[in-house]
Amino acid sequence: MIRVVLPVHLRTLARVEGEARVEVETPVTLGSVLDALEERYPVLRGAIRDHGTLCRRPFVRFFACEKDLSHEPPEFLLPGPVAEGAEPLLIVGAMAGG
Amino acid sequence: MSMSRIRLLAGTKKGAFVLVSDGKRERWDISGPHFAGWEIYHLKGSPADPNRLYASQTSGWFGQKIQRSNDGGRTWEPVGDKFVYDGVPGTHQWYDGTQRPWEFKRIWHLEPSLTDPNTVYAGAEDAALFRTTDGGQTWHELPGLRGAKGHLWQPGAGGMCLHTILLDPGDPNRIFVAISAAGVFRTDDGGKTWRPVNRGLKSLFELPDPDAEVGHCVHRIAMHPSRPGVLFMQKHWDVMRSDDAGESWREVSGNLPSDFGFPIDVHAHEPETIYVVPIKSDSEHFPPDAKLRVYRSRTGGNEWEPLEKGLPQRDCYVNILRDAMAIDSLDPCGVYFGTTGGQVYASADSGNTWNPIVRDLPSVLSLEAQALP
Repeated sequence: MIRVVLPVHLRTLARVEGEARVEVETPVTLGSVLDALEERYPVLRGAIRDHGTLCRRPFVRFFACEKDLSHEPPEFLLPGPVAEGAEPLLIVGAMAGG
Repeated sequence: MSMSRIRLLAGTKKGAFVLVSDGKRERWDISGPHFAGWEIYHLKGSPADPNRLYASQTSGWFGQKIQRSNDGGRTWEPVGDKFVYDGVPGTHQWYDGTQRPWEFKRIWHLEPSLTDPNTVYAGAEDAALFRTTDGGQTWHELPGLRGAKGHLWQPGAGGMCLHTILLDPGDPNRIFVAISAAGVFRTDDGGKTWRPVNRGLKSLFELPDPDAEVGHCVHRIAMHPSRPGVLFMQKHWDVMRSDDAGESWREVSGNLPSDFGFPIDVHAHEPETIYVVPIKSDSEHFPPDAKLRVYRSRTGGNEWEPLEKGLPQRDCYVNILRDAMAIDSLDPCGVYFGTTGGQVYASADSGNTWNPIVRDLPSVLSLEAQALP
């Protein structure tokens, strides 16, 4: 079970209380977790990654185990603690000034 | 006095609000925010089923969502939000003189069909017109519009947005749209082919060729349903009218204190009575003399009277955006507008007197009025 922490606006949109949880087969990659998340919560399609290109939206960041994974490719293997469900993948709305 | 109820739909910078009153339009119940924290550019009900509403929900972080309600805004469900330009997107003019590919940013305006609650038109930035016929699940572009000299369109300061969609009640194949900063376009074949209808517009300071075929910064157009060939326009500067479905335009700014502004609307029962809100200038987006005044013409333009009773007449520096004025269909008709300062003002007597419904909403982006049985 992979744990995913969504930003508040996406929790509201997807009607998720607390953390989202998705089942992903090994190997657990950044792309496979996002695919599973969008499968479980279709309203998140286009809100994290662009429709079509599946590129990360500019003001969305991916953090895990105190590392910024935002620039990693979809096939990037998530750290062991995330794959084992001990730590969450954080999806974060970037700070944008103000 | 009619026993109808009025429902106002307010889109704001931080969510949607629903304001409901009886036919007296004195006391209002306000619910919301729906979609708190998101920018709600526009929401509108279907004329064929007033409890069917559509909302454009957007965010600089998380992109575009479309929400639909089947119960007048009490509950909502997300529907499709995949807006993909047809074929190769093509290019438009950019500030530096180069061509730049079309890139979807957001939906500014949703216009439900006059007859079918599942058919809705959506106006996009970068400018394009989309349509759904399945209640918002899937959206398809009407690409012929961008074929109307789209390569010459260039964004204004507010973005290259398609902000106005007028469906002709007398002819289902005729649609008018307005785009900043491209102008007005018309189709007579249900959206397949389009042409610019901007003859008579003059943009002396905005365009190198003041009467160019495209490129005019049209802020808003309006029609009365009983006379769909008569159009009124608030351009960047100038208030204009056309009596031949856009084939030619003439200026009717007359005695306005400033002919810059954003919204324009038509009285529900008097097709020659129109409303604008003059703004000082394109560089100072607030009312002249810091006095908030709606101007009404009962002669289809040229002769205008200020309406100020109940509106702030000192220290007022709000703006009224292009989609933030609405008219209800009761008799006498109600006139409403929302401000960038978060006030929504209502007049239950066609503009003679005004009252604030609410003073401290987030900045108001759009306002629609529905008369309910």
